[in-house]
Amino acid sequence: MSHFIDRRLNGKNKSAVNRQRFLKRYKTQLKRAVADAVNQRSITDVDSGEKVGIPSKDISEPVFHHGPGGTRDMVHPGNKEFMPGDRIRRPEGGEGNGTGQGKAGRGGKGEDDFVFELSREEFLDLLFDDLELPNLVRNQLIGTTEFKTVRAGYRTDGAPSNIDVVRSLKGAVARRTALGAPYRARIRELEAELEALLASGTPENDPQVVALREEIDRQKTRLAALPFIDTFDLRYQSFTRLPEPTSKAVMVCIMDVSGSMDQVRKNLAKRFFILLYLFLKRNYDKIEVVFIRHHTVAQEVDEQEFFYSRETGGTVVSSALNLADEILRERYDPTTWNIYAAQASDGDNWDSDSAVCRDVLTERLLPLMRYFAYVEITPRQHQSLWHAYQEVASTHQHFAMREIAGADDIFPVFRELFKRQTA
Amino acid sequence: MTKRIISDSSEWSFPLLERFDREIARLAHGEFGLDTYANQIEVISSEQMIDAYSSVGLPISYHHWSFGKHFVSTEQTYRRGQMGLAYEIVINSDPCIAYLMEENTLPMQALVIAHACYGHNSFFKGNYLFRTWTSADAIIDYLVFARKFIAHCEERYGESEVESLLDSCHALMNHGVDRYKRPAPLSIAEEQRRQQERSEYLQSQVNDIWRTIPGYDGEEPQSAESRWPTEPQENLLYFIEKNAPLLEPWQREVVRIVRKIGQYFYPQRQTQVMNEGWATFWHYTLLNRLYDEGMVSDGFMMEFLQSHTGVVFQPPFDTPYYSGINPYALGFAMMRDIRRICEEPTAEDREWFPEIAGQDWRRVLDFAMRNFKDESFIAQFLSPHLMREFHLFAIRDDDREDAIEVTAIHEEQGYRALRQALAEQYNLGTREPNIQVFNVDRRGDRSLTLRHFRHNRRPLGDSVEEILRHIRRLWGFTVRLEALDEQGRVQLLGEC
Repeated sequence: MSHFIDRRLNGKNKSAVNRQRFLKRYKTQLKRAVADAVNQRSITDVDSGEKVGIPSKDISEPVFHHGPGGTRDMVHPGNKEFMPGDRIRRPEGGEGNGTGQGKAGRGGKGEDDFVFELSREEFLDLLFDDLELPNLVRNQLIGTTEFKTVRAGYRTDGAPSNIDVVRSLKGAVARRTALGAPYRARIRELEAELEALLASGTPENDPQVVALREEIDRQKTRLAALPFIDTFDLRYQSFTRLPEPTSKAVMVCIMDVSGSMDQVRKNLAKRFFILLYLFLKRNYDKIEVVFIRHHTVAQEVDEQEFFYSRETGGTVVSSALNLADEILRERYDPTTWNIYAAQASDGDNWDSDSAVCRDVLTERLLPLMRYFAYVEITPRQHQSLWHAYQEVASTHQHFAMREIAGADDIFPVFRELFKRQTA
Repeated sequence: MTKRIISDSSEWSFPLLERFDREIARLAHGEFGLDTYANQIEVISSEQMIDAYSSVGLPISYHHWSFGKHFVSTEQTYRRGQMGLAYEIVINSDPCIAYLMEENTLPMQALVIAHACYGHNSFFKGNYLFRTWTSADAIIDYLVFARKFIAHCEERYGESEVESLLDSCHALMNHGVDRYKRPAPLSIAEEQRRQQERSEYLQSQVNDIWRTIPGYDGEEPQSAESRWPTEPQENLLYFIEKNAPLLEPWQREVVRIVRKIGQYFYPQRQTQVMNEGWATFWHYTLLNRLYDEGMVSDGFMMEFLQSHTGVVFQPPFDTPYYSGINPYALGFAMMRDIRRICEEPTAEDREWFPEIAGQDWRRVLDFAMRNFKDESFIAQFLSPHLMREFHLFAIRDDDREDAIEVTAIHEEQGYRALRQALAEQYNLGTREPNIQVFNVDRRGDRSLTLRHFRHNRRPLGDSVEEILRHIRRLWGFTVRLEALDEQGRVQLLGEC
C-alpha cells in the first residue's frame, strides 16, 4: 500500500534557477549593496561571500490586504484577569497584541531589509560586473602541461573497460546478418525445391528428398556456427587529450613605505591591491604576486611585511622600478606571463629621480606589460612624480593613473581604471 | 509483551520504516477505519526540503523569481539556526506524496508517517472542500503541463515577458478562486488538447465581444448605462482570463494556470485548524496505540511526546512567544475534546452537544472531518470546556474608540459570543478583502471598475496602487478601484 522512495541522491539544486532569477531581477539593488560592502568591510575578508540587504518593500509581492483601522474582533488565549466590559489601553507600536495576527502587522511600520547571503562567486560577479581587464589578451601558454581528456568517437582497440557494449553488439548483428546472408538464401532455395518435390508427390524416402534435407541441415549448421560476437565487432570508446589553453598572470605590487606613508594610506593602498588581485584571479587560472616596497632602496618582501612593517626615510621611486624590471626579466617571460603592475605612493620622490622613473617605465617596463596602474594617495598638491607619469600616460594607452583621497574613492577609481572597453 | 518492540534504536532504516508503516496502516485502516489514498513516502535531505519549501510545497513547479526569494530566505533562517524545518511536507495527490527528512530520528519518522501519511492523507481524501475543489489524481499531471507550458512560453516570448505576467497573476492569486463551481478533473493529455481548442475559441469570442460595429444606425437608443457584467464577479483572474481584451491566447493560458493553482490551495487555506488538528490527533492516537500494544519502547514514547507537546504548545497572549492561536494546538484540543464528549460527556456537554454526547467517537469525528471547514467546525464543535481550558477572551478594536474593549470571556454569558468571534476569525470571507469586478465600460474607454465591499469599515492596506498597476497590465486599459462602505457611499481608491 505504501511505497518508499529514497530521493536523497537526487539533485538538491532544484531551486538554483529560481535563485538565479531572483538575483538577476534585483541586480541593481544588489550591486549597490555590494559596492557599499566593499567600501566598508575590512580587507582580509573581501574574498568571501557577503551578506547583503535589499529593502523589503522593493521585493514585496503585493496582494490585497486589510490595512489598519475599522473595527476588528479578535480572540486570544490566556486570559487571566479580564472581565467583559474591561477597557484596555491600546498597546504601543502596533495593532492587536504585538506580533499577534500577522495580517495586522503588515500595515507597514519598521520594515526590515530582506537580508541574505551571496556566495563568494555571486559576490565577486556582482562586484566585477561589467569590468573587463584592459587589453585582455589571453596568452596561449605552455601547451604541454595542461591537458583535457575528451571523447573522440570509437576505435577498434583499447582497454576492456572502454568497450562500448551497444556499439559492439550492433556491429555483431550487422556482421551476422551480412555473413549469414548467402546461407539463408541457399536455405530458402533448397526449401522451395523441397516443397515443390513433396508437392509433386515424391515420397519422403526418395533419395533426392533425403539429399535436399541433408543439404538444408548442413547450411543451417553453418549458419548457426557464425560466432555471436567476434573480436572484429568490438568497439572501444576513444578518448583523446586536448591541450587546454591556460593563462597565467603575475601582478607586481609596488608601494612606497617611506615615512610619509602612514598606516591609513597603506591600508588604502592595500585595498586597491586586493581588488586588483581578486579581479585578476577571476580572469586567470594562475596568479603570482610580487611585492616590492621601497624607500630609498627597493626590496622584494612577502605580503605581511609589505603591508605591515614600518620603514622610514626618503624616497627613490626608480629603485623599485629597476628591481621590478630585474625580477620580471629573470623570472617572468612576457611571452608566457601576463604582467600587471600596480603602484601606490603618496607622490613624494626626489626631484631628479622622477625623470629616471619615466625613462625606466617607457623604455623597459611598459613594453613587457599588459597594464600599469598608478594611484596616488595624497591630499596635497601633485609633485614631480605625478607630472613625469603624466607624460608617460599621454603616450601609453595601457598606463593609467588616478588620485585617491579616501576609502570611498577606491572602488570608483578602480572601476574607472578597469572600465569595460567598448572598442 | 516487550518482545514485540520493533526497534529501540533511534537510527532509522528502510526496513524499519516499512515495518512501522505496516503497523500504523494496520491500526489506521483496521481499528480506526481511516480511508486513505495510497502513500508514496520519499526520504529527502534537508537541502531538498528547503527546495520543497520554496515551491510552496508543490513537488514540481514553473520557474519564477519569487520562489527563489522564498528559497533564499528559508535557507538563510535555517542556516543561522533561527528556524527548524518542518519534519514533513505532504502533498494532496493520489498517491499521496509525503517527504520525510533524513535527519529525523526513528521516532520522528514514525510520528511523521502517522501524521502525514494517515492523518493528512485521510483528510485530503475525506474533507468535502478537498473533494470539491481539488483533483488529487490530476494535480501532478497538471503541474507538469503548467511547467512545460510556461517554459515553452519563456522560450517563445522571452523570460521577462512571462515573468511580469506571472507577477501580475500572483498578485491576484487569492482573488482567482471559484467558490461555487465544480472544476472538471484534468489529465495531461486532455489538458493539452483542450488548451489548444480553448485558446482558439477564446480569441474568437473575445474579438467578437469587442468588435466595434461601424455605421451602427441604432434603432434602439444607446441603452443607458447598463452595467456589464450584470452581476459583480468575485473571481478576478477568471474574469480577466475570459474577458481581458488584449491578452494573447498564451497569456490567457498562463492566467489560467495561476488561477488553477490558487484554486488548488483554496481548501488548504480554509482548513488549517482542522487539517492539522486531525493529523495531530491521529499521530497521537496511533502511536499511543502502538505503545499500548507494546511495539514501541518507553524511550521512543518520551521522544515522541517531547516533540508532540512542542507542536501543540499554545503560549498565552502576553508572552513574547505568542503569535496568534496555534492551529495545531486548537485543532488537536478540539479533536480530543470531541472524543471526550462522546466517551465521557458531562452534564454541560449533554446540554451543548445533545446529538453527539455518548455516540461512537469514530463516527462523530469522521463526520466532522468530512463535512466542515475551520469556520463551521469551530462554530459547531468548540465546547465551553475547551474555552475555559484555553482561557479564551474576545476583544474589539475599534479605531473610533481610544481603548480596546473586552467583549466576552470564558464564562456562561460569553461562550456563544466567544465561539462566534473565534469562528469568524477563520472565515476567509472576512479575513480577505472582498473585491469584485463591478463594471466594464464596453462602449467607451473599456475601463474596468473594481469594487471593494467594506466590512466593519476596514480599509485596504497600502498595496493598492501597486496591485492596480498589475491589474492594468493584465486588462490593458484603465483600471479603477472603488470602495463601497456600509452606508452605501462609493469612494474612488485609485485609478491606473
